[in-house]
Amino acid sequence: MSADPTAKKTPLHDVHEDLGANLVDFAGYLMPLRYASETAEHQAVRTGAGLFDLSHMGEIFLSGRGAGAALDFALVGNLSPMPVGKARYTMICGHDGGVLDDLIVYRLADETWMVVANAANAAVVRDALVERAAGFEAAVDDRSDSYALIALQGPRSQGILEGFTDAPLGDLKYYAILAGRVAGVDALVARTGYTGEDGFELFVDASDAVRMWEALAAVEGVVPAGLSARDTLRLEAGMPLYGNELTAETTPFEAGLGRVVKLDKPGDFVGKGALAAQAQTPPGRRLVGLVARGRRAPRKGYQVVTSGGAPCGIVTSGAPSPTLGTPIAMAYLDSGVEEAGLAVDVRGRHEPVDVVALPFYKRS
Amino acid sequence: MSVPEELRYSEEHEWVSGLGGEDGIVTVGITAHAADALGEIVYIELQPSEGDAVEAGEPCGEIESTKSVSDIYSPVSGEITAVNSAVVDEPKVINDDPYGEGWIFKVRISEEPGDLLDSAAYDKLIEES
Repeated sequence: MSADPTAKKTPLHDVHEDLGANLVDFAGYLMPLRYASETAEHQAVRTGAGLFDLSHMGEIFLSGRGAGAALDFALVGNLSPMPVGKARYTMICGHDGGVLDDLIVYRLADETWMVVANAANAAVVRDALVERAAGFEAAVDDRSDSYALIALQGPRSQGILEGFTDAPLGDLKYYAILAGRVAGVDALVARTGYTGEDGFELFVDASDAVRMWEALAAVEGVVPAGLSARDTLRLEAGMPLYGNELTAETTPFEAGLGRVVKLDKPGDFVGKGALAAQAQTPPGRRLVGLVARGRRAPRKGYQVVTSGGAPCGIVTSGAPSPTLGTPIAMAYLDSGVEEAGLAVDVRGRHEPVDVVALPFYKRS
Repeated sequence: MSVPEELRYSEEHEWVSGLGGEDGIVTVGITAHAADALGEIVYIELQPSEGDAVEAGEPCGEIESTKSVSDIYSPVSGEITAVNSAVVDEPKVINDDPYGEGWIFKVRISEEPGDLLDSAAYDKLIEES
């Protein structure tokens, strides 16, 4: 398969090629889809540890005395009271309340914040942050190209990483970050991830990426994992994906993520008016989990239909679940629809599904 | 990935073996290239069963992997004489052995197929795709 010659390469590109990765264009980057078996990669993360190259993600820094206030204005969350060393899941919305991206924001120091954006949206987020921070004493600096991001995810992650660092990982809570030396390399070590497992995300200088990867990959049982495994892992964990569950036409309330919109924070923020109105109005649709009774997987874009065959929703993500052994999906279901007897139109055939609470999988 | 020389290929990435045999029955599967592009195959369904007619170039089933779903086309016209129930029960066999245990169905051909590719032409097709 030939790839788009204009696609960007991550600092780990040669490593992926040496590993025989199946490389695909993803958000303008040439990324590993899988190395060998995506199911084995998925299982490794659930039972041991998987290693991901996420260098395509955007790292945008805000610094200065007004950086916290600028973020409070630019994003839907209440970030400025967050202590140094913590992280938060939040969103950047348009004036109409539509989701421009979902983000993790880390507070690295009193006046230094790191916003991690999805690769496809990094430029949109950067431009919006520049525009929205204009009235504040804050500088916006997109360092996406100078950072590599490597994730080690799975129940064995802490034990493995402790072999490479003196940093107090045992004290590092979920959604927290510290700066330390890992495998002889300066790294920001975050206990965050997108797999539903315990795990770490390591932000390192692009020039250190290969060294860090090779150190971790050399550990017995650490399995390089690609985007395909990442997608089934996050789907099982019920985590929304921008472009699927979240779009500029989606409100956080429809996605079941209204809690991230802090309408009661002090001051104005972009989208507040629209979001406040949406918070008052019951959403016309809501995000649900579907489990297929048969073997056919509901896929993105397939219609959900009632027992009478009437369209009543749309699938946003779906795949055979390696952990559950059955196909699972997330879908927007129109409000007021009777949940019993639903089916998904799989290429013309109505395959029965059950509505279930998200997530499909929760680590024990 | 080597393309077996003795087989013939469709542009939809099926392979055909046994052309020119005395009984007129050929075996059909999907190529290693197609299996690899699909990812791990989790489901396969053939609409026609033994005794049904198939038409070259017409869809005759579906194949589903962890990532996607696509049609299976019959590369030849004729009557289905066998369906590999082992791959229906365990589709992953197609990934493991696409040219052997992973065969999908057999057809008694009603006419010589005119437009199948030889291995060199198929190799060129996948190189360029």
